[in-house]
Amino acid sequence: MPETILRASHLGITFGGLKAVHNFEIDIKEGELVGLIGPNGAGKTTVFNLFTGVYKPTEGTFYLGKQLMNGKKTHEIVAAGIARTFQNIRLFKKMTVMENVLIAFTKDIRYGLPGSILRTAAFWKEEADIRDKAMDLLSVFNLQDKADWNAGNLPYGQQRKLEIARALATNAKMLLLDEPAAGMNPTETAELLACINTIRRKFNISILLIEHDMSLVMNICERIVVIDYGEIIAQGLPEEISHDPKVIAAYLGE
Amino acid sequence: MNQKKERLRKLWVSLLGVCVLGLAVYAADSLGWIDNYIRGIFIQCCFAIIMVTSLNLVMGYLGQIALGHAGFMAVGAYTSALVTKAIGLGIKAGAILPMSNVMQFFIGLLCGAVAAALFGLVVGIPALRLRGDYLAIITLGFGEIIRVIIQNLAFAGGKGLANGQAGQALVGILKMNDIYVIFGVTAVCVAIMLAFVRSKFGRAIIAIREDDIASSSAGLNITFYKVLTFTVSAFFAGIAGAIYAHRGLGTLQHSDFTFLKSTEYVIMVVLGGMGSMTGSVVAAIILSVIPEALRAFSQYRMLIYSVILVLMMIFRPIGLFGNYEFSLYELLRGKLTGKPPRSGRSAAKGGA
Ligand SMILES: Nc1ncnc2c1ncn2[C@@H]1O[C@H](COP(=O)(O)OP(=O)(O)O)[C@@H](O)[C@H]1O
Ligand SMILES: [Mg+2]
Repeated sequence: MPETILRASHLGITFGGLKAVHNFEIDIKEGELVGLIGPNGAGKTTVFNLFTGVYKPTEGTFYLGKQLMNGKKTHEIVAAGIARTFQNIRLFKKMTVMENVLIAFTKDIRYGLPGSILRTAAFWKEEADIRDKAMDLLSVFNLQDKADWNAGNLPYGQQRKLEIARALATNAKMLLLDEPAAGMNPTETAELLACINTIRRKFNISILLIEHDMSLVMNICERIVVIDYGEIIAQGLPEEISHDPKVIAAYLGE
Repeated sequence: MNQKKERLRKLWVSLLGVCVLGLAVYAADSLGWIDNYIRGIFIQCCFAIIMVTSLNLVMGYLGQIALGHAGFMAVGAYTSALVTKAIGLGIKAGAILPMSNVMQFFIGLLCGAVAAALFGLVVGIPALRLRGDYLAIITLGFGEIIRVIIQNLAFAGGKGLANGQAGQALVGILKMNDIYVIFGVTAVCVAIMLAFVRSKFGRAIIAIREDDIASSSAGLNITFYKVLTFTVSAFFAGIAGAIYAHRGLGTLQHSDFTFLKSTEYVIMVVLGGMGSMTGSVVAAIILSVIPEALRAFSQYRMLIYSVILVLMMIFRPIGLFGNYEFSLYELLRGKLTGKPPRSGRSAAKGGA
């Protein structure tokens, strides 16, 4: 019986009267890939913002493993093991590809101010170690040759990949991907799918994936949750979802 | 290991560079070129360098506008001056064992730096919740508050809080205008700040400047790094203040630390290039020497600064250096091996 990684119950948030998310429930097991779909403005990104502490929930709770995460700050949530990417890519554009990944290792670096000022042996060793680790991670995404590039100069598809690499570098157990295929051409999308499969094999990580495009989600997700107007309207296996009249109505009524 | 060798070589080249500069000063000194006037300008360059590089940590690297840097300089100046005065009195009274002036100066300098850092911490925690224009305004306010408090402290030369009048100067401060000591302090300060920005701290700060939401999503505690940078910056402003207080005139006035002083350092940071330490050093020297050279026009100094700044914004908005770092090592490496010098930071790298 696989363990539960992420669990939310009655989770919700109200923005000045608007219930952007209401009564959201989910239970994601170890290694599972769950899709979160719904029309534009349904509240998908808001769910991610709740899970990462960008917004504080006004109702309900959510747990990572057995740890209550409500009210924690974003960096504490990341340290606990939830990482994310953004719908509109947020890289450190003027920093190198390597540095983008190194940032995510910062919380594990033990040297402090004295070490960095005195340039101790421990300082150099740790810096070299995280660079090696970052390089390994970059090569999973086939970005190793572009480590010195400025992140902003990468082609679009590779920027998306780098963002995933950075999220993985936090050593997360739970990865939240917000429309990773948005704006990609079919080749890039296919590459991304392969990439996600590799990640799952290599890192044994649970993934919650937002995708606007139903057909893509149907392809890779084991389970799908559909929300509309901030509330869950259906959930189940991909084939069940694709025949659910409520889901069809929600998408047609868009 | 190859990397280790290169690192050592870099260290030696930097030390060599500093020694060459030191020797140049020594040579000038032996030739009798350094009179009190030149000495004054030299010291002015030194504390300006520390002020500008430390302000650059907040403005260039963290990307926040801070207009109260002179306030932290004032804290460092007054604290160090009072400490060295107290030590002097203690020695006279026989309560403290005699020690050299340099020793007294260093104790004062350290106390001044720590006091300024504490102020930086106290100001930074609330202020850094704001950003942009709001942070600029609140730091300006804090800088002035610090100065006005000093103005009203009896022991700082003022007439006391009750009177609330413009204070007198703090007088009888220890003289410490040995250019080698001050040169050494300046070199060490710049080296420490360079080490700071070239560690996980500098990386984190630049990331926060680039995108704070992405930074926290990558696990950075943004508040921690912001407040830390602000505190480190204030620490070095305190050192600059200590140098200023002991520069040889023996007096200190609160009016030396108005917000116009803060603005001057802001201008130097912008001129040198936000995010370039070597740029800050060069700008600090240029803008400290130019007004002296144009002594006759000294009342037009702010005007000249403004014109320079406007021209800069038109023709080179990234500042003299942008975020390029001058490196003697890279220069020599290029000259000796014929390899092209690598760029200072990531600015020129990448690109399709
Ligand atoms: N900070 C906010 N303040 C007010 N309303 C918000 C805020 N964030 C999101 N919303 C609203 O919540 C709803 C869901 O948005 P979002 O989660 O971005 O949708 P999507 O499913 O397309 O990702 C939208 O109506 C949006 O306007
Ligand atoms: Mg969205």
